[in-house]
Amino acid sequence: MNPNDHPIALWPASASASAVETDWLILAFTVLTLLLVVPIFIGVTIFAIRYRDGNKVNRQHSDRRDRMLELGWMLIPFTLTLFFFAWGARMFMDHKNPPANATRIEAIGKQWMWKFQHPGGEAEINDLHVPTGEPILINMISQDVIHSLYIPAMRIQVETLPGRYTQLWFQADRPGTFRIYCSEFCGTDHSAMDGLLTVMTPADYSDWLAHSGSSASMAEAGKSLFSAYGCTGCHRGTDTDRAPTLAGLYGRPVRLAGGGTVAADDSFLRDKIQNPGHNPIAGYPQVMPSFNGIIPEDELTRLVAYIRQPPTTRKLSALPTPLIEAPPSIVAPSSVLAQRSPLAEPSLP
Amino acid sequence: MSPLDITLRDPETPRSTLGRPPDYLHEAHTLRSWFFTTDHKRIALLYLATITAFFVVGAIAAGLVRLSLIVPNGQIFTSDTYNKLFTVHGVVMVWFFLIPSIPATFGNFLIPLMIGAKDLAFPRLNLLSWYVFIGGGLFTVADLVIGGVDTGWTFYAPLSTTFSNTYVVPALIGVIIVGFSSILTGLNFVVTIHTMRAPGMTWFRMPIFVWTHYAVSLIFLLGTPVITITLILLVMERSFGIGVFDPRLGGDPVLFEHLFWFYSHPAVYIMVLPGMGVISEIVPAFAQKRLFGYRFVAYASLALASITFFVWGHHMFVNGESNLAALVFSLLSFAVAVPSAVKVYNWTATMYKGSIRLQTPMLYAMGYIGLFVLGGLTGLFLATLSINEHTHGTYFVVAHFHYIMVGGTMLAFLGGLHFWWPKFTGKMYPEAWGRVSAIFIFIGFNVTFFPQFLLGYLGMPRRYHDYPPEFQLLNIVSSAGATILAAGYIFPMIYLIWSLWFGRQAPSNPWQAKGLEWTTTSPPPTHNFETPPTVDFAPYDYPLRTPADV
Repeated sequence: MNPNDHPIALWPASASASAVETDWLILAFTVLTLLLVVPIFIGVTIFAIRYRDGNKVNRQHSDRRDRMLELGWMLIPFTLTLFFFAWGARMFMDHKNPPANATRIEAIGKQWMWKFQHPGGEAEINDLHVPTGEPILINMISQDVIHSLYIPAMRIQVETLPGRYTQLWFQADRPGTFRIYCSEFCGTDHSAMDGLLTVMTPADYSDWLAHSGSSASMAEAGKSLFSAYGCTGCHRGTDTDRAPTLAGLYGRPVRLAGGGTVAADDSFLRDKIQNPGHNPIAGYPQVMPSFNGIIPEDELTRLVAYIRQPPTTRKLSALPTPLIEAPPSIVAPSSVLAQRSPLAEPSLP
Repeated sequence: MSPLDITLRDPETPRSTLGRPPDYLHEAHTLRSWFFTTDHKRIALLYLATITAFFVVGAIAAGLVRLSLIVPNGQIFTSDTYNKLFTVHGVVMVWFFLIPSIPATFGNFLIPLMIGAKDLAFPRLNLLSWYVFIGGGLFTVADLVIGGVDTGWTFYAPLSTTFSNTYVVPALIGVIIVGFSSILTGLNFVVTIHTMRAPGMTWFRMPIFVWTHYAVSLIFLLGTPVITITLILLVMERSFGIGVFDPRLGGDPVLFEHLFWFYSHPAVYIMVLPGMGVISEIVPAFAQKRLFGYRFVAYASLALASITFFVWGHHMFVNGESNLAALVFSLLSFAVAVPSAVKVYNWTATMYKGSIRLQTPMLYAMGYIGLFVLGGLTGLFLATLSINEHTHGTYFVVAHFHYIMVGGTMLAFLGGLHFWWPKFTGKMYPEAWGRVSAIFIFIGFNVTFFPQFLLGYLGMPRRYHDYPPEFQLLNIVSSAGATILAAGYIFPMIYLIWSLWFGRQAPSNPWQAKGLEWTTTSPPPTHNFETPPTVDFAPYDYPLRTPADV
């Protein structure tokens, strides 16, 4: 079933439980809206007819004001709408907390195309294939301007920013073909930056992966790049003599030279490759060169995919030296802390 | 016939035109007397002519956008042309029509009259504001029309600073200049309302129109400098490579979104509040009844002007802002509904047991109430986080803000224009044409924009030139509605100008309305009041009905 086969759209296709819930939310909210506005429309119409100048009707009124009435029509509709605030907020928080077992797809937006890469390294342009029944996490970044990945069938979109990763996740519950768009205006061919999402059964998806051909997984490709760019010169396994070890680093808090900690998430790792002097970490002089403008965005994504791997899959025998002491509870996202960094003077070599 | 004794409504019998003082329009006819005037009434008419011209430019661009969208594959214009067209429409309508529309014309004309003053506090500054406005406006419009800019009115970085190949900097400079006109006008209004009220004109004897303009002036003063600085930063980054917003230069594009919406959300209330002021004058006049809950409506104006500064983050729910920020901005956006609801319910209650005449201004006011309610409540949909995740950046948003800005501000503007036209010009407009146009606009507007709610929920992104074919039917309906709407705009432009020469002479108070502006002749004398008025009556001093009056 291809979206192009529908001559006229009447109701948006939905392909996830969350999308169905969004529909119920908006339908219920519409009912409340009608309950609130229809009396106003009827009132305005009836008053305009009944109290038309010249009609002989009782117009007796006084200047007395009914404060309870006024407070009532201020506060009762507001209180009723808060139910929908809470409902929408709960769904939003679900959308912000992807399950830990989600299949991770890397997306890069650029003028004017989407590039998606599956964990095994299979790449697609503008089209995306995913299996049903599995949470899919899309980790994305823009190579130029702000884009936004919008999947109407999942009732979800998140902006794709340059210089920082953003994420969205969904879980498709039925196979089909649906549209994806860029929904943030991005220049000349903004409206050509769309494509198709194909949701497949897990068996079909495995089959599709097997036939789409990929020489190396994201992490394997990242490992090659890790050597090619000379990172191994300093970041050697669990050796911490010249540089902090990267084994087991992902997701853990890192102590900064200027005090405080920052979580080693995707944006932090990418930022450290691009701007090592930004947010110097505690215990090491800042000697790493900047790779800003040297490593293309998709290679950065692969490098981060390599560093992100747990140490066992990276075949590092020893456990990582803890360069991390702070309890995870006080960790703020790197994007927040990164803006507060000027306290720490970068120590140049 | 009306059972109400006409003298009950209008104790002052209209004065003969013989022997009355020369009015501001006929005092002098030279170009110099217009372009160097410091009379707030003449400056208001200069603004009226200017914003009408800008409106025509913006409307033509909108018409071409709707023309293009009749076909799904973008065959009528190239992508670049389409992008430039919607940028012309957005920039011109927002900055050169909607923001100055009611304050710079009606506010300029009426605030001194309504509070019993001879002029604004700074008449020469007022004239300067107009020169700044038309200078900046013409500069940007020339740039947009001759060169073209393809960023949309939102100028998001780094598209606007690094990647666009169009003439962004001149457009920004014009908008920056026009901002100073807003600041100066706001300053003038605030000082005037504080210091120049007639004896006895206490704060709670001021019409709601003056209250809403006071609230708007505060937004002009507090909000406009932020957008001025933000746009200057864009110019710095684009022209000199000073990194503020582009991550390649060490900047942060989300910072631009924050700064932009910190002004541009309050700007919505710059557009909406004066319209509320207009409706609060029209409804009591055409119901011949006191405005229900006057004090609540006054306070609600100030409440809106305050809350509006704390909801900008609802434009950014899907850009990765923190969850806490999203929750707080969502909740605060719901709170905006409270003062908005006060106004709508109070206008409706004002009609109850009134003595209603359905003349053109009242038709516009009733249309306004309906459309503003729909626009406001769909705003709550968008403020609901998970609905926003689906509808953000789609035609749902486009429909929502057109219900607020066209259904709200534009209808209030036209209603006010008809309401005060006799006062501005001394001539009556043709009533039948007025009613027909109002109905055309109401129907045309709904046929144009209601389908866009559906398109948005179906998932059609905005600013799409080349859209999937399943959306074509609703787009054709929308474009068809736009032609009805266009007719509704063209009629008043013709018959209002016609009425300047051929219209019936207007009495001082054709609507038997209350308010100091109606105690002057039509058009008013140059210095507004022959003798300074003393105010010893409440606003909206319409008679209470006793059983004898039924």
